[in-house]
Amino acid sequence: MTEPLLSIADLRVAFATRQGLVRAVDGVSLDVREGECLGIVGESGSGKSVTFAGVMGLIRPPGRIEGGSIRFEGRELVGLDPQAYRRLRGRDIAMTLQDAQTSLNPALTVGTQILEVLLAHGDDLPSGRARLRAARQRAVDMMTLVGIPAAARRLGDYPHQFSGGMRQRMMIAIALSCRPKLLIADEPTTALDVTIQAQVLELIASIRATLGMSVVLITHDLGVVAEYCDRVAVLYAGQIVESGPTAQVISDPRHPYTAGLLRSVPVLSHLDRPIHPIEGQVPDLIDLPPGCRFLPRCPMARTACHNPVPFHAFAEGRAARCVLAEAPR
Amino acid sequence: MSPLLDVKDLVKHYGVGQGLLGRLFGAPPRKVQALNGVSLHVGAGETLGLIGESGCGKSTLGRAILRLHEPDSGSVTFGGVDVTALDTGGLKAMRRRMQIIFQNPYASLNPRKPVGEILAQPLRLHRLAEGAALRERVREMLEHVGLRAAHADRYPHQFSGGQRQRIGIARALILNPEFVVCDEPVSALDVSVQAQIIDLLARLKRELGLTYLFISHDIAVIGYVSDRVAVMYLGEIVENGPARAVLRRPYHPYTRALMSAVPRVDRADQQQERVRLHGDLPSPMDPPPGCRFHTRCGFATDLCRSVAPLRRQLEEDRMVACHHFPEPAP
Amino acid sequence: MAELLPGRLARLAALTVLAFVLMAAFAPWVAPHDPGATDLFRRLQPPGWMEEGDWAFPLGCDALGRDILSRIIYGARVSIFIGVVVVLIATMIGVAAGLAAGYLRGWVDRVISGLVDILLGFPYLIFAVGLMAMMGPGVLNMVLALAYKEWVVPCRVVRGETLAARETEYVEAARAIGASSATIMAHEVLPNILSPVIVVATVRIAQVIILEASLSFLGLGVQPPAASWGSMVADGRGYILDAWWVSTFPGFAILLLVLSINVASQAVRDALDPRFHD
Repeated sequence: MTEPLLSIADLRVAFATRQGLVRAVDGVSLDVREGECLGIVGESGSGKSVTFAGVMGLIRPPGRIEGGSIRFEGRELVGLDPQAYRRLRGRDIAMTLQDAQTSLNPALTVGTQILEVLLAHGDDLPSGRARLRAARQRAVDMMTLVGIPAAARRLGDYPHQFSGGMRQRMMIAIALSCRPKLLIADEPTTALDVTIQAQVLELIASIRATLGMSVVLITHDLGVVAEYCDRVAVLYAGQIVESGPTAQVISDPRHPYTAGLLRSVPVLSHLDRPIHPIEGQVPDLIDLPPGCRFLPRCPMARTACHNPVPFHAFAEGRAARCVLAEAPR
Repeated sequence: MSPLLDVKDLVKHYGVGQGLLGRLFGAPPRKVQALNGVSLHVGAGETLGLIGESGCGKSTLGRAILRLHEPDSGSVTFGGVDVTALDTGGLKAMRRRMQIIFQNPYASLNPRKPVGEILAQPLRLHRLAEGAALRERVREMLEHVGLRAAHADRYPHQFSGGQRQRIGIARALILNPEFVVCDEPVSALDVSVQAQIIDLLARLKRELGLTYLFISHDIAVIGYVSDRVAVMYLGEIVENGPARAVLRRPYHPYTRALMSAVPRVDRADQQQERVRLHGDLPSPMDPPPGCRFHTRCGFATDLCRSVAPLRRQLEEDRMVACHHFPEPAP
Repeated sequence: MAELLPGRLARLAALTVLAFVLMAAFAPWVAPHDPGATDLFRRLQPPGWMEEGDWAFPLGCDALGRDILSRIIYGARVSIFIGVVVVLIATMIGVAAGLAAGYLRGWVDRVISGLVDILLGFPYLIFAVGLMAMMGPGVLNMVLALAYKEWVVPCRVVRGETLAARETEYVEAARAIGASSATIMAHEVLPNILSPVIVVATVRIAQVIILEASLSFLGLGVQPPAASWGSMVADGRGYILDAWWVSTFPGFAILLLVLSINVASQAVRDALDPRFHD
């Protein structure tokens, strides 16, 4: 079997705060394979965004990577020098953020912003005078690819002249401009209306097919994962609680948190089915007890749950952090 | 039986900034047509779900009904009283009967006030209780929404998003209103907490006999909580009717597009075709002529581009504003 | 280390301000001499450490032989009194006007903002000089002359903050429960905009002290023989080459106090910023 494109092993990230050490990511291990779309599901404070900020080398004090490894194409990224990281970001790994409104610089035209990335990272572009022309052409191509009409004319526009959906597309165009091998999309559609959200997600899916890149889709919406991701990893309180092929995880969840999430949202086709909230709150990430982190909210808790629960494989391609994982519900 | 709330032809336009040059040289003021003749009714004890995308005017509608924003024209009748005609004193009395729960639990609570004070204020303002009786009522309300009496001394920032939303609900309900506008009450919350708040709102409605106008952009949530739904697009209601009927068999192409755009966990076993929308929402400053939806509609004809469709009353208390669906207009 | 420095500096500045305030408050006990007592034998006597100096008069004497240190100590009373009183009056007027303009909008806003724009059109010092020329010199008139325009500063700050606050959902919630405009301004808006008002007020005290000194320098402030830092600088300017200490020490007092207030106000700003709290 070939090595995965991205391999995170036992990653631990902590933030020093006045109240104590917040273990935002605590032993996360996951792989992203060549060409696949991996969904990362979690609520606020689950560590889903921090994990990939770690991959992008964007953890800043008071945050710190406490341990573990992040390998991209076999190369260790933890401890990589900033220069090498900068070359990697944008060229091999690109990330789009939730809020396109604030991620684009309002004082620069979108053309300037996409050309900046291309001129810095576009290694396959010719050098010399032809470079700018080639970069411009590539920018127009990318903007056309993401569905911005009359792209050549819009290069001179400022972000505020774009609608919310168009800004998100522009961010994707910038992220894709250097043909990265991995695109990390952090809540790409949360700020968008459903009809626009569907357009953007389908756009990402079709570009993935065209360019053959891998995509990590970070979201809180299991519906998005179900429709667009091959595999899914569910995070809770800084740990992965369940992972596996999307269809299997959704039809047969083995961690009570995954099951709880699925039961807590109304489904359009089954509106008569009552929803069941997960009672209680997400735990404080400081001074966590050693046992299962979902224990206080779990309807199936038992004595064994007070001891550390390993994240273990229980079937082909599936793993969960639950003592009852082996038993289908 | 006449409905508890009856809204007729409500219109609200906002003037917007014209830019420096426009103002200096006296360009005609630009208007956002937030509400363009909206009519709806809500029966006592009913939940009307109002769905639409950002900028469609659904929040403005909720606020115009409560006169938090003054409507330009049209009427709001509540329990037989013309709310739009009330003077300051009459409006203050009406506020006891009509309340609102806000979307953002971080912005809707004054950060400088302890929770007990936030909940006591409505009672003091309307001289409904004081001293021990007031404290007792606050305690009772806190417990009613699933918080503890001891929480009264804490400040809003010491609570989680879900708990803050409970405080916002308690503030709205402490005056014993009959009608509550729930303006995206769960949109800002984490998924696992959303269900807690939806459950809480349903329980309170049962126990206190409330009537809700439930505003959301999430069609599944709307479908789950509502008895009837109304779909809004660019300041107009394009379809309404009983929730189950509309969501089982939507007529307006926009309603269909909204429903099919929702990503869902059960798509695989449904295998239905998607109704795709192209393009973005047109600017509410310059809405398209004819049917406002025609720029994004896959079924648009020349008729749609020039003539605005009438609101057609159909079977089972349904209304749709479309030239072509469910069947061509006569 | 670099992060700690501003904190320490601010603490030092705050202590300096406190020292000035205590000195002014207890002037009769602190001052070594009567600030008005003249002694022509000590005319332009240099500071204690110089030749012909006398440590009983550590900062020397002025042209009438009055002790400069004692006059600086008494002068602090005038500067601090005027600074605090003017800013206090201006803040009360400015907060009320700014709240009304920002919350009520409409014609109230147009009237208040128009007045603010007109007042901003006049250079501050010339405006105050003009007013005092009409009213005559003196401490009370100086307070009035400065407060006439000073309220514009807090007013603009408060109006801006109020415009933002009135759009918040908690203000909307207060309207929804039936609170009146006055109640909302006092209970919802005011507590949330107080921090910037206090920060601005501390900085403005320093500015007003400079204006007071300027007016006194021009002879429009406290009348002789009472001491004021500004008038002391003015008195000494004729002897600046022969007896530099007459102007320099009161000038230095102005500098030290104003600088300390400005630095200390940074600490006030940090202390009031909720981002530094839990």
